[in-house]
Amino acid sequence: MIVAVTGIILILFVIGHLLGNLQIFLGPDWINGYSQHLRDLGPLLWAIRLFLLVSVIIHIYVTIQLAIENRRARPEAYVDREYVKATFASRHMVMSGLIVLAFIVYHIAHFTVRVTDPRFGLLKADPLGHYDVYSMMVYGFQNYYVSAFYVLGLFLLALHLSHGSSSFFQSLGFNDRKLTPRLALGGRIFAWLLFIGYTSIPVAILAGVIEPAQQL
Amino acid sequence: MIGTLDPKIPPGPLDQKWRNHQDHSRLVNPNNRRKLEIIVVGSGLAGGSAAATLGELGYRVKCFCFQDSPRRAHSIAAQGGINAAKNYQNDGDSVYRLFYDTIKGGDFRSREANVYRLAEIANNIIDQCVAQGVPFAREYSGYLANRSFGGAQVSRTFYARGQTGQQLLLGCYQALCRQVASGTVGMFPYTEMLDLVIVNGQAKGIVTRNLRSGKMERHAADAVVLASGGYGNVFYLSTNARGSNVTATYRAYKRGALFANPSFTQIHPTCIPVSGDYQSKLTLMSESLRNDGRVWVPKRKEDRVKPPSEIPEGERDYYLERKYPSYGNLAPRDISSRAAKEVCDEGRGVGPGGRGVYLDFADSIKRLGVETIRERYGNLFEVYKKITGEDAYKMPMRIYPAVHYTMGGLWVDYDLMSNVPGLFVIGEANFSDHGANRLGASALMQGLVDGYFVLPNTLPNYLAGQMGKRPSPESAEFKQAEQSVRARLEKLLKVNGTRSADSFHRELGLLLWDKCGMSRNEQGLREALRKIPELRAEFWRDVRVPGDEEDYNQSLERAGRVADFLEFAELMCIDALERDESAGAHFREEHQTSDGEALRDDESNAAVFAWEFQGDGQPPKLYREQLHFETAHLAQRSYK
Amino acid sequence: MNFRLRIWRQRDAKFRGKLVKYEVREISPDTSFLEMLDILNENLLRAGEEPVAFDSDCREGICGTCSLTVNGEAHGPDHPGAVCELYMRKFRDGETITIEPFRVGSFPIVKDLVVDRSALDRIVQAGGFISARAGSAPEANSILIPKHDADLAMEAAACIGCGACAAACPNGSAMLFAAAKVSHLSSLPQGGPERERRVLKMVRAMDAEKFGNCTNTYECEAVCPAKISASFIAKLNREYASAQFRQRLGE
Repeated sequence: MIVAVTGIILILFVIGHLLGNLQIFLGPDWINGYSQHLRDLGPLLWAIRLFLLVSVIIHIYVTIQLAIENRRARPEAYVDREYVKATFASRHMVMSGLIVLAFIVYHIAHFTVRVTDPRFGLLKADPLGHYDVYSMMVYGFQNYYVSAFYVLGLFLLALHLSHGSSSFFQSLGFNDRKLTPRLALGGRIFAWLLFIGYTSIPVAILAGVIEPAQQL
Repeated sequence: MIGTLDPKIPPGPLDQKWRNHQDHSRLVNPNNRRKLEIIVVGSGLAGGSAAATLGELGYRVKCFCFQDSPRRAHSIAAQGGINAAKNYQNDGDSVYRLFYDTIKGGDFRSREANVYRLAEIANNIIDQCVAQGVPFAREYSGYLANRSFGGAQVSRTFYARGQTGQQLLLGCYQALCRQVASGTVGMFPYTEMLDLVIVNGQAKGIVTRNLRSGKMERHAADAVVLASGGYGNVFYLSTNARGSNVTATYRAYKRGALFANPSFTQIHPTCIPVSGDYQSKLTLMSESLRNDGRVWVPKRKEDRVKPPSEIPEGERDYYLERKYPSYGNLAPRDISSRAAKEVCDEGRGVGPGGRGVYLDFADSIKRLGVETIRERYGNLFEVYKKITGEDAYKMPMRIYPAVHYTMGGLWVDYDLMSNVPGLFVIGEANFSDHGANRLGASALMQGLVDGYFVLPNTLPNYLAGQMGKRPSPESAEFKQAEQSVRARLEKLLKVNGTRSADSFHRELGLLLWDKCGMSRNEQGLREALRKIPELRAEFWRDVRVPGDEEDYNQSLERAGRVADFLEFAELMCIDALERDESAGAHFREEHQTSDGEALRDDESNAAVFAWEFQGDGQPPKLYREQLHFETAHLAQRSYK
Repeated sequence: MNFRLRIWRQRDAKFRGKLVKYEVREISPDTSFLEMLDILNENLLRAGEEPVAFDSDCREGICGTCSLTVNGEAHGPDHPGAVCELYMRKFRDGETITIEPFRVGSFPIVKDLVVDRSALDRIVQAGGFISARAGSAPEANSILIPKHDADLAMEAAACIGCGACAAACPNGSAMLFAAAKVSHLSSLPQGGPERERRVLKMVRAMDAEKFGNCTNTYECEAVCPAKISASFIAKLNREYASAQFRQRLGE
């Protein structure tokens, strides 16, 4: 249940974060303004960050604990194993989750703390005086390796959510026989829409559809 | 010399006997109950409900079952339903009518007082089961639904889909679990009773073997209740579970308990036929199929191998419709079973081995549409397809009769106590309520009536005088019993022959099915009585039981049961031979009307035949309990 | 038909087990899977070897005794159905078939393919019942139950207690088993006063037996021979959450 509730919080964040990021398609003013707006929240922003961090920690702590119990529940593995219904995603939540965690750490270092790319420090404020997030993203994603890692991270996130985003309904008991298959399908569609949404950014940048607003 | 038996039927009018008896029975006060220990062998509807109820009353109960959990007892497989004369349908049902139908269905070979009590208490069973949460079928109004079953003229059967036995058993399993948790009942799963211990002429304990560890144990108690089910597996192939056996009741018989009417075995007409000699059990198909299916075989022997679709209408023999025009395909169980045997004996049977008849739904599908048929019998057609690989929507089903239930069992008096004081027998294990044939949906009723309401009220009558008389399991009688059990197991292991116990069992089954099955005659029975001892001798010469005693040894377990079946089969044939009449499921070819109906001999055979063990190799001694019909009048049935 | 078999042999819980190869020949496609094992055992017995221990009783899919994992699937490839309802015609001639026990830590191996499932009994003992003393029941028709509720209770009550759900679950969780019992009893008005206690105690008992946790993979319902729906697990979660909430509120 704890996993479900923290999961919901994180899903809501992922949705919000995507909507924010997609503003890149609307031009530098939108996304730069948006990020300035977030920073202007000041202590509230930190509160939200802390809340998310706590959610992530609890989500991971509890799931790891459960996973250890689950491992112990079958001390001797089957020699031969076939699954009838359990999807790949549902069976590898811990694996996909941990890789996503690694991705998030890199992602924060990359775009929030900006320690991985020295060029980001050279970026000038945009005409409105905001930090030029737009150009940062474009420069960030122009690197094929970085983009590839993002796509991989997002792929695993989508895989994680293709199970997780419908599973919490079951865990919280908001479910019945008719709803289950629909929710499962809905969850899968939702997860892959997120994947398309997020990956559209690096893809668009690599394809040259979006170019930096300032030259370095 | 034939002995006589006193069933201790209470005085008074039939409908007040039970009340009167309860009013005058002795009681055990609640403080003393926890000082009394009761052994219950078996955890099906009878044993499970008895153990739970006795625990609830405050006795200390030990319940034994050979399965790994009490929930797996074979009561679980009963499909159809449970009868009770609630008269919810306002169709004229009453306790008397249920009583009378049961007596008549049993062809006047059961005891009036017991049957009346059964019919009377059946209503409480429905109340009790509903209170426990048994999900019986309901009307849209929320009231309980009923159906008519097995040719009854009233709708008095309560049911939970086709899984009534399962739901009733789970109800009493859950009640049992509650007592286990509260500490009043000790549960001993995968434990088999291998002997009854008698001390000073009273049943005071049992010797058991833990099937998983091989460990032998002695359990002393103030009374022993056997609820170990029927012996249908003596035929090897039956609708019983693989593990169902006669061992507990047969060992009690060898310790002096009388075995009553062992030849009364019920055959169910609609089972899936045997497909090969590897077959381990037969599967019942609900009798309701006969409502919409037409039974036939080819008129000519040569056609039996032809696909049914290539046999034109004129070449088919709808033999039930031909012989019994008014009942047709719905003729009673024993009549339609025998008719199937007859046409197969004539060489017109279909399917592998020529032991099968068609049950054809083509006409009904034409008349009602395939959807209606699917709605009514879809799950049965699926089961049929799983087992045979054939699609009954496209070709007729093949069915054949199979052994289903055994009316015979240990003899008990009105209190359900055997002739051995302190030994009580309930459910299918006793002989008491169904006479020579059992009505559909009455087995579940009897098991629960015995366990929930009869035994808990009759047991104190005995126990009241038993305070402080429980012997120690270290006493000589217990040690002697354990010794004899050990000796027997060792003997089995030592033979070290070449054949499996199963192969002997199969051979015994074929012999019995042929000579003491659906129909019997003197010559065949005498032949069986000659062959059974030969087969038994062969068994003890050539059986192979691998492994050892102090281990989980399924071969040893099975061999012990087969050894008992090999002895019991003889008793069955002796009884069938002695009962020189046809009654219910016991059809002696010498005694039939010109229409092939069973012909009773009420003059000399309106009696229970109960047999007493006289030692190995000695013929058993016969006791007769004369049956008196004061309320239900003897009548001949006719289904023409 | 001929088959190559790989069967798990293990003396008891203390010894290590291994897969042992066997062959059976000239098996009729109409033979049931368990009858095929009977034939193998008959052959082993004649050859002086110890037969393979496996559990079965009713052999018609209702008692829940049989418990084999065939080619990695609990009860084998013919779902829904217990392994006693599996027939050899479902396999290819010459196929190699792997047979293992139900593998869950809470079901210790007794011998070969036989496991001890008493953990399931203990879950029911913890509270899977309605306390109704014999003799105290009211007239049956005084309790009206909407048909829909009765049907739903029946669907949940159909569980045969075989433990395939836990055997198939990637986490070794017995949630479907517990959910079926909780849903059966809580769908009915009888036993209402015990409803909260029941779910709390049963869930605690399940955890105490060290079954794994449900991660909603639905593998359980796919192999369930009694077609118990995993939506009952949602019902269990709901019952559990509300019982816990009310209990806290009560304190």
